[in-house]
Amino acid sequence: MRRHLCLLAATVALPLLAQPAWANMVYVSNEKDNTVTVVDSATMEVVKTIDVGQRPRGITISHDGKLLYVCASDDDTVEIIDTSTNEIVGSLPSGPDPELFVLSPDGKTLYVANEDDNLVTAIDVAGKNVIAEIPVGVEPEGMGISPDGKTMVNTSETTNMAHFIDTSTHEITDNVLVDSRPRFAQFKPDGSEVWVSAEIGGTVSVIDNKKREVTHKITFEIQGLRSEQIQPVGVRITADGKKAYVALGPANRVAVVNAETYEVEKYILVGQRVWQLAFTPDGKTIISTNGLSNDITFIDTATDEPVKSVTVGQLPWGVTVAPN
Amino acid sequence: MAANLNGMIMKSMVPNTLVFLFGFFLLFVNVSELPAQEASANKPTKAVTETRIGYLRAYEPQLALSVLDIPPRDEGVAGANVAINDNNTTGKFLGQSFTLDATETKFDADVVPVFKEMLARGDRFILTDISAKQLLSIADIAKENGALLFNVGATDDILREGGCRSNVFHTAPTRTMLADGLAQYLVWKQWRRWVLLYGSHERDQLYADAIRRAATRFGATIVEERLYEDKGSARRTDTGVIQVQKQMPVFTQNLPEHDVVVVADESEVFGSYVPYRTWTPRPVAGTAGLIPSSWHPASEQWGGSQIQNRFDKATGRRMLSKDMQAWTAVRILGEAVTRTKGNDPSQVEAFIKADDFSIAAFKGQKVTFRTWNWQLRQPILLGDNHAVVSTSPQEGFLHQFSELDTLGVDRPETKCKLN
Repeated sequence: MRRHLCLLAATVALPLLAQPAWANMVYVSNEKDNTVTVVDSATMEVVKTIDVGQRPRGITISHDGKLLYVCASDDDTVEIIDTSTNEIVGSLPSGPDPELFVLSPDGKTLYVANEDDNLVTAIDVAGKNVIAEIPVGVEPEGMGISPDGKTMVNTSETTNMAHFIDTSTHEITDNVLVDSRPRFAQFKPDGSEVWVSAEIGGTVSVIDNKKREVTHKITFEIQGLRSEQIQPVGVRITADGKKAYVALGPANRVAVVNAETYEVEKYILVGQRVWQLAFTPDGKTIISTNGLSNDITFIDTATDEPVKSVTVGQLPWGVTVAPN
Repeated sequence: MAANLNGMIMKSMVPNTLVFLFGFFLLFVNVSELPAQEASANKPTKAVTETRIGYLRAYEPQLALSVLDIPPRDEGVAGANVAINDNNTTGKFLGQSFTLDATETKFDADVVPVFKEMLARGDRFILTDISAKQLLSIADIAKENGALLFNVGATDDILREGGCRSNVFHTAPTRTMLADGLAQYLVWKQWRRWVLLYGSHERDQLYADAIRRAATRFGATIVEERLYEDKGSARRTDTGVIQVQKQMPVFTQNLPEHDVVVVADESEVFGSYVPYRTWTPRPVAGTAGLIPSSWHPASEQWGGSQIQNRFDKATGRRMLSKDMQAWTAVRILGEAVTRTKGNDPSQVEAFIKADDFSIAAFKGQKVTFRTWNWQLRQPILLGDNHAVVSTSPQEGFLHQFSELDTLGVDRPETKCKLN
């Protein structure tokens, strides 16, 4: 209901006022130059650059699109940016060295991976206080949450596990071993599976959320590239659960995977060191951050062809898109 | 706070014996590492498999020209301890714990008796930071007792060539790997004319041999070599600087045209004096200046800042190459125990020797073993005293199997025959 109203408002407001607050703004964290680049998804042009704290990496947006959360890793804080003014309006007590996080489906809790302390910190967003600290494996990184918000998955890079955490008790219920250096955890929209990428192992493990065991392992082969150059990081799955996109790091490509057969269907050449991915709300476009070429690439999900690359700041890391 | 609360609940709900067992469990897996929260999630009923990892070290204080280059007392062992902690963090989810049995002998001692004591204590996975000669004196005893050795200290190529053993893994790089890593960069820079200055001790000569081999291999020319004889002078004196300032230019006078000065002085007799003091202004590389190594205290790439922070927090100093070599060996063992769900030496060995074995070691790509001599393939970092300059293999040095095999003695040239 509210979404329809928003959509309506957007269609009316856009052509008349060209009010940027209503466009799908793309926010890119630039790890090296301590900025967030704002890109308009329609024009694919940079709108603004926001100065943030040291070493911004994980980035996400509130479900109403009003607040942007950025992990300022070296400042040991999560910064809050008001998307209407693009100004930093506050911070959250993230614990040391926050790298990646995930917002609960109800928007109330932010779960943060603290790489240096082997902890996941749960933060009450409204109260800006820590609700729980959950000890996990060595170098926690990837953070995924089930669509019903009941299960959170954290991956630890040196322990090589996906830790399943019950969000009501904040306790680990299952530990699933995956391949070397797991970087990212992504639930399927129906909550049936969690996909975990392993950067050094070069694979994506598909974990059955009921059995809590690896049921498929997706591998990648690209002609002319050695296996050690293929390093899966960011993973996104389409809203209908049929297709997945996997960023392959120094392989400079995004893999398109059939999420029903687990077959790799295509490799899309984007830019150097592809790190994270984000869909636009209509699902028609997926955007990759290409760290070493300092740009992002817009990919058309109908054709799986790159449309345009846009130069952003130095070492673009994470990306998130404002909701409608 | 949370621990007390949990303890109280436990006490009110379970018989005393269970409380005792629970407490014992906590003790066993290092209570300081284990906040109460997930101790209660991990039911104390799970049996804990303890894996002992030995660390045999022959030690004497090292001399260095700069006090900054004197190795810290716990070099290497500190890296092993950080990896033990990492393994225990993983192990607490699986009912596995790891302990380090560090044993030290004199630098030139006969290590056989102390090694036998380690075997008697039950150590079957043993890291060694001893000389090549000492390692060869225990390798076969280890084999007879089903023990696996991990050489974390010796860079001698002989241990991977004529003296290779099927039960000895090497996480330390070889001198030829180090020299090749450096040579690739110098050649990439088009600095192809080298002068080689080398010391008079055996290890300096071995380093010089590796440099000569690398020059031939990558198309550089050593235009002249000079030997610096160690006459037993004190490494550091109050007034030595003035003399050195005059000695080094003279030592490097009248050399043919050259692009770079390569120094081979592992013994730290003159090498650190060479930079900024050569007759003609030239960059210096080798054991001084731009130094090839398996790790660098300033390496932060590829997630490196995480291990550096962890190491710094645990030890109060930066991580050195030998620390990383020991960390990697203990992590390899941790990974093998995790994946094989036990610590049976033959299963651990089979796991590590499998074709698809690899480990993440903050080097930007997986590192694997060369199956013909059990040397760890790894990138070589090039750095000066405070920063990383580059990482080899350099772009363009191609190989039919792995670019990492452009570093060091490759399979077709090896003299190693494993049995």
